[in-house]
Amino acid sequence: MSREILKVSGLSMRFGGLLAVNGVGLTVKEKQVVALIGPNGAGKTTVFNCLTGFYKPSGGTILLDGQPIQGLAGHQIARKGVVRTFQNVRLFKEMTALENLLIAQHRHLNTNFFAGLFKTPAFRRSEKEAMERAQYWLDKVNLTEFANRTAGTLAYGQQRRLEIARCMMTQPRIIMLDEPAAGLNPKETEDLKALIAYLRESHNVTVLLIEHDMKLVMSISDHIVVINQGTPLADGTPEQIRDNPDVIKAYLGEA
Amino acid sequence: MNRNLKSAFFSALLVWAVAFPVLGLKLSIVGINLEVHGQGPFTLGVIALCSVLMFLRVLLDKQWSAMMRSRRDGPLVPPKVSNWLTLPKTQRYIILGLIVVALVWPFFGSRGAVDIATLILIYVLLGLGLNIVVGLAGLLDLGYVGFYAVGAYSYALLSHYFGLSFWICLPIAGLMAATFGFLLGFPVLRLRGDYLAIVTLGFGEIIRLFLRNLTDITGGPNGISNIEKPTFFGLTFERKAAEGMQTFHEFFGLEYNSINKVIFLYLVALLLALLALFVINRLLRMPIGRAWEALREDEIACRALGLNPTVIKLSAFTLGACFAGFAGSFFAARQGLVTPESFTFIESAIILAIVVLGGMGSQLGVILAAIVMILLPELMRDFSEYRMLMFGALMVLMMIWRPQGLLPMQRPHMELRR
Repeated sequence: MSREILKVSGLSMRFGGLLAVNGVGLTVKEKQVVALIGPNGAGKTTVFNCLTGFYKPSGGTILLDGQPIQGLAGHQIARKGVVRTFQNVRLFKEMTALENLLIAQHRHLNTNFFAGLFKTPAFRRSEKEAMERAQYWLDKVNLTEFANRTAGTLAYGQQRRLEIARCMMTQPRIIMLDEPAAGLNPKETEDLKALIAYLRESHNVTVLLIEHDMKLVMSISDHIVVINQGTPLADGTPEQIRDNPDVIKAYLGEA
Repeated sequence: MNRNLKSAFFSALLVWAVAFPVLGLKLSIVGINLEVHGQGPFTLGVIALCSVLMFLRVLLDKQWSAMMRSRRDGPLVPPKVSNWLTLPKTQRYIILGLIVVALVWPFFGSRGAVDIATLILIYVLLGLGLNIVVGLAGLLDLGYVGFYAVGAYSYALLSHYFGLSFWICLPIAGLMAATFGFLLGFPVLRLRGDYLAIVTLGFGEIIRLFLRNLTDITGGPNGISNIEKPTFFGLTFERKAAEGMQTFHEFFGLEYNSINKVIFLYLVALLLALLALFVINRLLRMPIGRAWEALREDEIACRALGLNPTVIKLSAFTLGACFAGFAGSFFAARQGLVTPESFTFIESAIILAIVVLGGMGSQLGVILAAIVMILLPELMRDFSEYRMLMFGALMVLMMIWRPQGLLPMQRPHMELRR
């Protein structure tokens, strides 16, 4: 496989006296699917928050393509091509599905004040292209017929898909999914699996995910990192993880 | 029943406690002393009647609400109609109708009526500007009047010291106010909600005090007077033109009539208000307008998508301030006099009330609310000192009956056409 895109080493996050994340390391290669697993409260989401700039890590380095990104603001990291979804879906509920996708393209649009005021041809073209891109992704996640519905009125599974589509609108390089399968039925989980595979194959996206659904994790991940109580526990391919006695003890449970 | 009786008695007593000092007593000057006199038996009788009514109302609370409920089975306006009224398309037609009325108005209305309409238009302009900040971007700004003052003083000072004309100063005043908005917004916009409200409130007061204490330049509490009125392509509306100028009535060979000036000022205000309407209408359909909406809904999601919240908030703040600057410079030109006392906190409160009363984010709502807010106190002049009391009561009732505002608007949604 190809080169490293994200390299995290010695990441730690301290909240007052609580060391929520301690010395977590992570290496992600291009077009890989890497899963972050661990029991509830292990600090997985905290790691995500550090990587995407929502928290300033207390220690460690995060290299994106060899460039340090730790300590940058959330929107700056997102602009470098690292976007995320949230554990509890965070759509703009009062806006339509289509508009949710248009917002995500904000950075790529013609936001010149006067161009918009006078509807210059360049502005119209930019808006039209945005619509087309949005339409393409609505189609990909099977939401075309709900395009004009407000996002809050969509079913839960649809909201999840819309959130992933919204991330894709920013033309990311790494997409980070926080429990994407939570609350989905088996059929929807299968669809999600196909969607992740599609993102990786057709859009060269690297995927980092937190997930509790072991069947899903084992079947799509190239690499798995296990965290327990904020510290790294194991690291390896799905097979290695499945057979690792520590992981079984801490997390998978003995069968 | 016993408990009802107690609270009914208490309510009746409360009516006395509130009404008697306000309505029942009168201060009058006797020689050099102030003396407190009771009002006549009529006023006391009215208060007594009110307290009896209140007593019965609270005593029979259950029966009363049961009666009201049975009478009001359906809502006052059928839901279909009210939904239709909030559609952007309907509101656009109503606004167009209002614009036609506004264009015809000065040629039929009396001088006083046109003057009040001009005042209303100033508040429409201010309301529309604040609507960007509060209604669209969701930033509570209690110091909006500060930008209004900046605009007014920009024109007053430029005209006073450099003799620049209104039309040159108008964009400068807008830019000045926008610059102030930008500079203030930079450190402040990381705050949210209540904190932002308090900081902006402080800022509004600082500007006013600053203008008042800068006596050498701004004339302190006396302000700046004899500010030039706008001209019509260099033609003034005064009876006699200054050196090197021509008057409007001479140029067109008309009789001098002072109402021409009033009408002209009205039309300038209308022009500014229309400009604001146009700009805001476009903004709603531009990426930045969508971003404001998104930011109001979920700031964290916005950041995760690479939108810079500070820049987006700052743009709303700056644009809103810019409109206040326009309104301010027009205000200075119309009054011919600016003093710091025109820009007290109550002005901010009135403008905010216009936005909230109209229905957040709705342009038509702002227009209607500005009309109500400015016209009502004028119409109620007959009630002299009770005017503001009634005005307050009306606003309370209004917010109880229509908490969503006079005429809220559904945002124009982008639609996917198939």
